[in-house]
Amino acid sequence: MPYWIKRTLFLIPLAVLLLSGCAKQEPYNYAALEQSKPRSILVLPPVNNTVEVNAPYIYLSTISRPLAEKGYYVFPVTVVDSLMKENGLPSPAEMHAVPLDKLTKHIGADSVLYVTIDEWGQKYQVLSSKAVVRATLKLVDSRTGALLWDTEAFAQYQSSDGGGGLAGALIGAVVEQIAGSMIDRTPDLSRIANNGSINNQVRGLLNGPYAPESLVQQH
Amino acid sequence: MVVGMLNFKTTRLFIVLISLWLLSGCVKPANEIYYWGEYEQLIHDMYVDPGKADAVAQIEKLTADIQKAESTGKQVPPGLYAHLGMMYSSQGQAAQAEAALREEQKLYPESATFIQGLIKRASKEKS
Repeated sequence: MPYWIKRTLFLIPLAVLLLSGCAKQEPYNYAALEQSKPRSILVLPPVNNTVEVNAPYIYLSTISRPLAEKGYYVFPVTVVDSLMKENGLPSPAEMHAVPLDKLTKHIGADSVLYVTIDEWGQKYQVLSSKAVVRATLKLVDSRTGALLWDTEAFAQYQSSDGGGGLAGALIGAVVEQIAGSMIDRTPDLSRIANNGSINNQVRGLLNGPYAPESLVQQH
Repeated sequence: MVVGMLNFKTTRLFIVLISLWLLSGCVKPANEIYYWGEYEQLIHDMYVDPGKADAVAQIEKLTADIQKAESTGKQVPPGLYAHLGMMYSSQGQAAQAEAALREEQKLYPESATFIQGLIKRASKEKS
């Protein structure tokens, strides 16, 4: 094989990688979001479709930060949760069923974020451990009910055997299980999942009014 | 096989490029507006491990965070003052609770309807 082919061959996988990366994703249609321009987001406690009872509130502890850093006013998730519970809505499913006009009257948010948790938790296999977080997010206009933005937040962690062969892998898995029983990876995974979806360059959430860059964006 | 045919330098360049691509990724680096301190961890603990986050401990940590925010020149994040207000309220410290709620509204006018509702509710409970 001629030398120059050898020299340039490595560009092929690189090009494939670049093409497969962000470029593959179709840009989100932001028409509704741009028209609504919400200043504030009310995040309701997530509906849980998994068996992990703590999933909704662990998730809830990780969602205010990326949304606020995106420039939105995010209502205090714990205060909202308590208020709803005091008013006879003990579960997230019941909170999600509250009509928008009632939410608007009492809370006054421009938009409401409905989150559903689809996968959550750690799985231990023979040679490795795996942790996963998957949630669906839907942002809705409080006045019209129109869908403004939606996304899937996903992240997973897979322990590697560290190249120590089978014995090394077994020890690795045991260490993972011992450590894993004390260290819950789901809060960090949840943060990674949220960051990846909210800050995605082609399908992420647009900047809100408190974002420093929003001044530049608004001509 | 393809990589095997390449010399060491090219392979290394390839790895560097891939790493750069992965690092640059689709996610923008965070240059944060707010000082978050213990707020997220307290929310986590009050639901998952309530013994670690009783109201007294929360008030202490949140007020410390507010001072740290001031000293680092960052803003107190949305929701923190309202959350602090709820903690004061749970301890029967009505005046501090109301002051914290008003601070939330002062920083973030978007919260007005919500905060006014909470203040009204609290004053009804008192009387």
